[in-house]
Amino acid sequence: MPTLFPNPEELALILPQIWLAAFGLAILLLDFLLGPRQKWVNAFGALLGVAASGVALWRLRGVHAVGVPGFGGAIVVDPFFVFFGFLFLASTALVILLSVRYLEVEEEHRGEYYALMLFATVGMMFLAAGTDLVVIFVALETMAASFYVLTGYLRRDKRSNEAALKYLLLGAFSSGLLAYGFSVLYGMAGSTRLTEIGYAFRTPSNEIFPVVALVAVAAGLFFKVAAVPFHQWAPDVYEGAPTPVTAYVSVASKAASFAVLMRLFLVVFEPMRANWELLLGGIALATMTWGNLAALTQTNVKRLLAYSSIAHVGYILLGLVAGNETGLKGMAFYLFAYAFMNTGAFAIVILLRRKGVIGDELDDMNGLIYRNPTAAVLMVIFLISLAGIPPTAGFLGKYFIFLSLIESQHYLLAVFAVLYIVPAVYYYFRIVVHMWLREATDATRPAISPAQAVALAACTLVTLGALLYAEPFVRLATYSLLGSVVR
Amino acid sequence: MVSPSYYLTLSAILFGLGVIGFLFKRNIITLFMSIELMLNAVNLAFVTFSRQWGELSGQVYVFFVIIVAAAEAAVGLAIILLLARNRQTLNVERINLLKL
Repeated sequence: MPTLFPNPEELALILPQIWLAAFGLAILLLDFLLGPRQKWVNAFGALLGVAASGVALWRLRGVHAVGVPGFGGAIVVDPFFVFFGFLFLASTALVILLSVRYLEVEEEHRGEYYALMLFATVGMMFLAAGTDLVVIFVALETMAASFYVLTGYLRRDKRSNEAALKYLLLGAFSSGLLAYGFSVLYGMAGSTRLTEIGYAFRTPSNEIFPVVALVAVAAGLFFKVAAVPFHQWAPDVYEGAPTPVTAYVSVASKAASFAVLMRLFLVVFEPMRANWELLLGGIALATMTWGNLAALTQTNVKRLLAYSSIAHVGYILLGLVAGNETGLKGMAFYLFAYAFMNTGAFAIVILLRRKGVIGDELDDMNGLIYRNPTAAVLMVIFLISLAGIPPTAGFLGKYFIFLSLIESQHYLLAVFAVLYIVPAVYYYFRIVVHMWLREATDATRPAISPAQAVALAACTLVTLGALLYAEPFVRLATYSLLGSVVR
Repeated sequence: MVSPSYYLTLSAILFGLGVIGFLFKRNIITLFMSIELMLNAVNLAFVTFSRQWGELSGQVYVFFVIIVAAAEAAVGLAIILLLARNRQTLNVERINLLKL
């Protein structure tokens, strides 16, 4: 007998999201009471919210492999969700730490910023937990709408306005495609539950519906993760958005979109694997090619990192093409490593922002080793990891992906994936050349604030620690797969 | 009773018109209306399937799509207003500070 109010056990399943939403609302109210010099309290409140959510999520870590369904099967709490939940919380905390100084420089230090970040995290967590089309769609839009506003957060900056507009138009368009795909999925199964739709896919009643659903859903999701040919929004949004938001979009929103992509492809579309394996492989290859080649000629660091992130999407998609246990473990580990190394690289770009200097051109990096040796050395570590060279987390992520391709006998894709490391090394080391070999064009020494130091330390620790002391990190990625996603 | 396939065809046509409008129109407000048209085509498909299966969750989905479309319009119009104030244009081709 369904009741109007959910029982406490069910509420405990969404307690992490409840904490985040409650703290987000509290920050909106608290913001009115704070004077212009006390705005850091908002950031502190947001961090507390993330911590409270983390504690609630930690209590759920013991869920068994199949997961605990809640709210009549609309959400499921399984290790897959817990893993991604922690990933979202970690990247949110890092970005909050990096934002405080940046917003002071921009003179846009207001509470809404942190509230929106928490709301976006709520959306992401429901996205990773959702097993119902309604939940997935609403969660996706919660996340996306928060990101549109965050991207356009610098109201007086024309580039920020423009980035927000492009993100909004293409994001809304892709949501429309996704929703149309969802309507066809519903039409096939007569239910919005993913498991029932999965059953319907094993015995489809006609031949058109599954193909239409697959194409529409895949196109919508490829937009969200910025895979070629739906990647055009990414460089513009990355360049125009405030740099902490850029880091957040590139890391957290990508992980969330991949979480739902993995769930949909593995639970719903798995019976059609023969149809989509070639398509996905082609998309992944095109994404790697375009991302890597377009990054070669960039002169803006944020744009360069945008194209490099497109290339990374290609690598992560390859894990799904392989589709075996190593591949999925590789995807989870790659997203985890990427969250820390990419946030670290953007953190260095954030350091260079000061009054009157945007600091995101390659020339702004000139002579960084003389101006701030710590920042320059850390940047090299992050770039090495992004390029996939040992001894860093990025190498292990790529290693799992390559291994899975060889295990599943996709030799051609493996060869291309390895070859594309060469251009990647070239364009990442262009940044290094600017930092280490070029004369400094201005003599200012960018300082690292305490909050930024904490974030940088965490990023460095994971980037280096994940290979040198790999075992717990690999176990974490393996843990994520115990769930119902993989049968 | 009218066969569901008519409704589905109408929904597909509306969706196609929305996509075409989005790809070929140049005014931001028109682009936004095209997206609304796509979402309404989705709603029509959901209601049709819901009636065909005699199952209600499709209609619940429609309500959520309406809410989401309203929220998206609120955020979108705020951004468009800001842009119009800063740039004095609503033509997407003239909004090109960030290179493509």
